[in-house]
Amino acid sequence: MIYPLLWMVASSFRPNDLIFREAGLVISQVDWTNYPNGWDALSEPFSKYLLNSAILVLGCILGNLVSCSMAAYAFARLDFKFKKIMFVLMLMTIMLPIHVIIVPQYVMFSQIGWVNTFWPIIVPKLLATDGFFIFLMIQFIRGIPKDMDEAARIDGAGHPRIFLQVILPLMVPALATTAIFTFIWTWSDFFTSLIYLTNPSNYTVQVALNAFIDSTGESNWGALFAMSIVTLIPVFLAFLFGQKYLVKGIATTGIK
Amino acid sequence: MSAIAELQSLSKTKGRKAPAKDNKAAHIFLIPWTIGLFLVTLGPMAMSLYLAFTDYNLLQSPEFTGFANIERMLDDQRLHNSLRVTFTYVLVGVPLQLAVALGVAILLDRGMRGLSFYRSVFYLPSMLGSSVAIAVLWKQIFGTTGLVNQMLEIIGIQGIGWISDPNTSLGSLILLNVWTFGSPMVIFLAGLRQVPAMYYEAASIDGASKWRQFRSITLPMISPIIFFNLVLQIIGAFQNFTQAFIVSNGSGGPADSTMFFTLYLYQQGFKQFDMGYASAMAWLLVLIVGAFTAVNFFVSKYWVFYDD
Repeated sequence: MIYPLLWMVASSFRPNDLIFREAGLVISQVDWTNYPNGWDALSEPFSKYLLNSAILVLGCILGNLVSCSMAAYAFARLDFKFKKIMFVLMLMTIMLPIHVIIVPQYVMFSQIGWVNTFWPIIVPKLLATDGFFIFLMIQFIRGIPKDMDEAARIDGAGHPRIFLQVILPLMVPALATTAIFTFIWTWSDFFTSLIYLTNPSNYTVQVALNAFIDSTGESNWGALFAMSIVTLIPVFLAFLFGQKYLVKGIATTGIK
Repeated sequence: MSAIAELQSLSKTKGRKAPAKDNKAAHIFLIPWTIGLFLVTLGPMAMSLYLAFTDYNLLQSPEFTGFANIERMLDDQRLHNSLRVTFTYVLVGVPLQLAVALGVAILLDRGMRGLSFYRSVFYLPSMLGSSVAIAVLWKQIFGTTGLVNQMLEIIGIQGIGWISDPNTSLGSLILLNVWTFGSPMVIFLAGLRQVPAMYYEAASIDGASKWRQFRSITLPMISPIIFFNLVLQIIGAFQNFTQAFIVSNGSGGPADSTMFFTLYLYQQGFKQFDMGYASAMAWLLVLIVGAFTAVNFFVSKYWVFYDD
């Protein structure tokens, strides 16, 4: 299962000609140069792309946490007009292919000069367009006893205070799950970054890796592998430390 | 309830309006969501429906052309081929992936030692799987002189260029999809945990074989979860893009054998800037995914078993 991954790690320390001859994990001849070669292979050093990806990820996490938790509170705890139809719309957006909105979105964002900025990717997150996370949080809030809200209400708290001081602190696990999933999915996203970020100084790691393939063809597998590993490490770490939340998150959205 | 079970039950309850006593607070909490719904989702959807009936290249304003894009889709051989490729990927890849996910989940659920270690090992690929890096890796290992062929050589078999041969390139991508079986597996595992042990105890007292227990207890009890995974994985598989793009350098080759529908859409919309045609294609994708989901929901009445 993970043999190909381990082999890629091993091969990133091999000289190019040995990558095609050693199927094992033992490195007969250690070659460190793949990493510095790959790091500086494009017009900007790889640290620039890592930084771009990190900014994007932070913006998206912040956006999802704030906007989705607000929407989830309304759906889970408040009674309002058109609630049912809005809830159905929200669930349906989870299943909507992004392609049906990407063309007009691109037109819209290019008209306001946002192509080659991070806004086209971050702003939708600030507007709670990730229904999956709203739903995940709704599920979690439903599990919090309503007595907690009632007690706060008797003390004179309104909805904003109940949300901020009672519900939010109790839903930290759901927020953590959202943050980790947003991290992994935004970091790995290729399609939207490919469309919006065409200027090399704005590349995320995924687009940079693609540009790397285009520029070297398949002549420099060692460096390509080395940079591939670099882009995978943050996801691997997020997985390692957030696994508990990831397992719980997808189990609770999938199970009644 | 899962998102899907929720939709099912909502479609059954009718009428009953909420008392609507928190209108004001709800408006405030839903400000970002409402703006997003209209500006980022519904607005662009309506716009792309309009663009689907126009000729539009981003520079000049859209020109209404009636059904020209639809007629063009009917004649477009490359589009038909991309549908064939995508359907093959979905109809072969998803069942295979789910079968492996369920099989491994059952093995792990049998109280294997080191469960959490194995769960991590199997789960990891599905978290990394959508990265460009994994597609890069796949391109190497299924290449002419790649890892797979090096291993085959050890046992004396001369392999072919799996990615560069149009007969096997799609198969390599299907295999990549199977390799990321971890997420549905975790959901299956959680579901298996909820099947009451007493059912199995009762069945084994009655002398039911393991296979019989699997068919008569496990399968019906977790059928809602199979359904959930099936719906979500099908929707996801239809939209797959990254791996086909990377493996073929964005061309969909060799011989259009990895030309996924989404890749063709990208080429038309963002390489040719034929945005009217791309919008028409996007709506075709929505209709196809919608139809698959609707059929799934309809057929689920006959095989998905709800305990309550």
